[in-house]
Amino acid sequence: MRLRLLAPLLVLGITPLAHAQEATLARNLAGACFSCHGTNGNALPGMAPLAGRPKDEIIRIMGEFRSGARTGERGTLMPQIVKGYTDAQVALIADYFSKQKPEKGAQ
Amino acid sequence: MRTRRGFIKAAGATSALAALGRTTAAHGQSLGRVVVVGGGYGGATVARYLRLWSEGKIEVTLVEREPAFVSCPLSGLVIGGSKRIEDITVGYDGLRKLGVKMIRGEAMNVDADKKTVTLRDGQVLSCERLVLSPGIDFMLGDMTGLNAPDAFEHVPHAWHAGPQTVLLRKQLEHMKDGGVYTITIPLAPYRCSPAPYERICQVAWYFRNRKPKSKIIVLDANEEIQAEKQLFQAAWNGPYKGLIDYRPNSNVTEIDTATRTATTDLGDKQQADVLNVIPPQRAGFIAQKAGAINVNGRWCEVNWLSLESTTRPGIHILGDAAFPGPAMPKSGHMANQHAKTAAAAIIELMNGRQPSPTPVMSNTCYSFIDDKNVIHVTSTHTYDAAEKTMKAVPGSGGTSAAANELEGKYAFAWAKNIWHDVLG
Repeated sequence: MRLRLLAPLLVLGITPLAHAQEATLARNLAGACFSCHGTNGNALPGMAPLAGRPKDEIIRIMGEFRSGARTGERGTLMPQIVKGYTDAQVALIADYFSKQKPEKGAQ
Repeated sequence: MRTRRGFIKAAGATSALAALGRTTAAHGQSLGRVVVVGGGYGGATVARYLRLWSEGKIEVTLVEREPAFVSCPLSGLVIGGSKRIEDITVGYDGLRKLGVKMIRGEAMNVDADKKTVTLRDGQVLSCERLVLSPGIDFMLGDMTGLNAPDAFEHVPHAWHAGPQTVLLRKQLEHMKDGGVYTITIPLAPYRCSPAPYERICQVAWYFRNRKPKSKIIVLDANEEIQAEKQLFQAAWNGPYKGLIDYRPNSNVTEIDTATRTATTDLGDKQQADVLNVIPPQRAGFIAQKAGAINVNGRWCEVNWLSLESTTRPGIHILGDAAFPGPAMPKSGHMANQHAKTAAAAIIELMNGRQPSPTPVMSNTCYSFIDDKNVIHVTSTHTYDAAEKTMKAVPGSGGTSAAANELEGKYAFAWAKNIWHDVLG
C-alpha cells in the first residue's frame, strides 16, 4: 500500500525522504528571515511581507540587493545579509515563502 | 489512513515533514515533553517553534520568573525617556494559546541524567529534552562591594530589562542639572556589545535636551568601543560633543554603593550622582547547576547543529549563555536565531532523525543614537563542519554608513515583528 503511494515520486527521481529533507531545510533557512519579516513571512506593518510573494520576484530582488543594481527602495541591511547566502539557499527560501498563505491581519 | 492525493499534496509543502513524522509517531500522539527554562528571546522562541513545527506533537513547559516579557532591545529608549517600560513589555498569552504550559517560577536545580528541573517551590519537572535559555548572571567576585541584597537599588545595572531599567531612568530624572552620570563597562564578552554605547547616546540625548550642564563619564574596561566604533564616535563628537568623557582601559573592580564611587584596578576613584554599574557576566546560574558551563568557567559550549551542550546530552543551551562562534554577538536577535535552529533539531532528534547539517543564522542589532536616528550592525553565520563552529560568511554583514531616520523606522518595525515571532 505505502509503496504504491510513493511510486509517483520515485518515478520523478525524488525520494520522499530527500523531498522532506529539502522542505525542512527550506523552512529552517526561511526561519532566519521570520525574525524581521514575520513568522512564515507574514510581516507586521513596517517590514516587507514575504508570504505568498512569487518565487521569481524574491530571487530577482535578492539578486539586485547582492549586485547593488536595485533602484528605488535600495535596502539598508539586506544588501549585506544576502551576501551570507548562496544562490541555492536564496532559491529554497524564495520557494518556501511563495508557498505560504498571506494571513489576515498581517500587512 | 492518508489518501494518495493527500500524501502527494502534503509532500509538496512543509507538512511533508509532519507526513513522514507520522511513520514513526502515530497519529496525534505526543513525541514527548520538553521543558524550557527562561522566557526571553531564546526560550520563548524555542517554546513557540517547538509547538508550531511539531504541529503540537511536542508538549512544551516554559518556566519563567517574570509575569511578562520585557525586551532588552529598545530598553535604552526607556532610559533616554522617549519610551515607557509598557512599550517594551509583551505578555505570554500568545504562547499559552499555542498550548505552551507556562509556569511562573524559578528553576533552582537540574538533574542532567534524569532530565529533571527543580523549582524554588519544590515542584519537579521531568522531560525528554531540556532547554536552558537563562541569559546572563553577574560575576560579583570580580567586582567587590556589590554583595548586599540591595546593592543594585543604589547603583543600578539595568542589564536585565524591567524594574532596573525604570530605576535607572528615575535616578536620571531626579539628578540635578550639572550632575555626573558614570557608567562602567566590563571586559568583553558581555551581553550585547553595542548596548553600553547606545545607552550613553540615550543619556546624552536626555542631558542635551533637559540637563545640559550634566556630564557623562564612561569607565570602559576595554581598550576601545566594542562595536560600531566610528558610528558611535560620530555621535559623541557630533550632536553630543563635550558631554562625554570616555576613558578606555578603566577596569572597575570595586564599588562603594553608599557614596556611588567606582574604583579601578589602578586605584582611580570616580564618584557619581548616578552610578550605572554593568558587572562582568557569565551564563545564568542554572546552566552551572546543570553542569553545562565548560568554557572559562563562564559559558556553555554547544553543538551548533542542535545547540545541545557538549557535556550534557539532551540539554540544549540558547542565547547569551552559549559560548559563541567567532564574531557571533550575544544579542536577543541571535538568541531568537539559536532557538529556531534548536527547535528544528529537537524535532528531528525526537523523531529519531538527524538535525540539518547546514544551519544559517543572521543577526541584526539596531542602536538608537537619539529618539529617531539609528545605526545597524548585521552578520550572517554558517556552520563550519571542519571546525564545528558557526563562522561569519566572508564578505557578508556590515553596518550603516551613518545614523539615519529611515533605519529608526525599521528599528521600531523590527521590534514589533520579532516580538511577534518570539511570543506570537
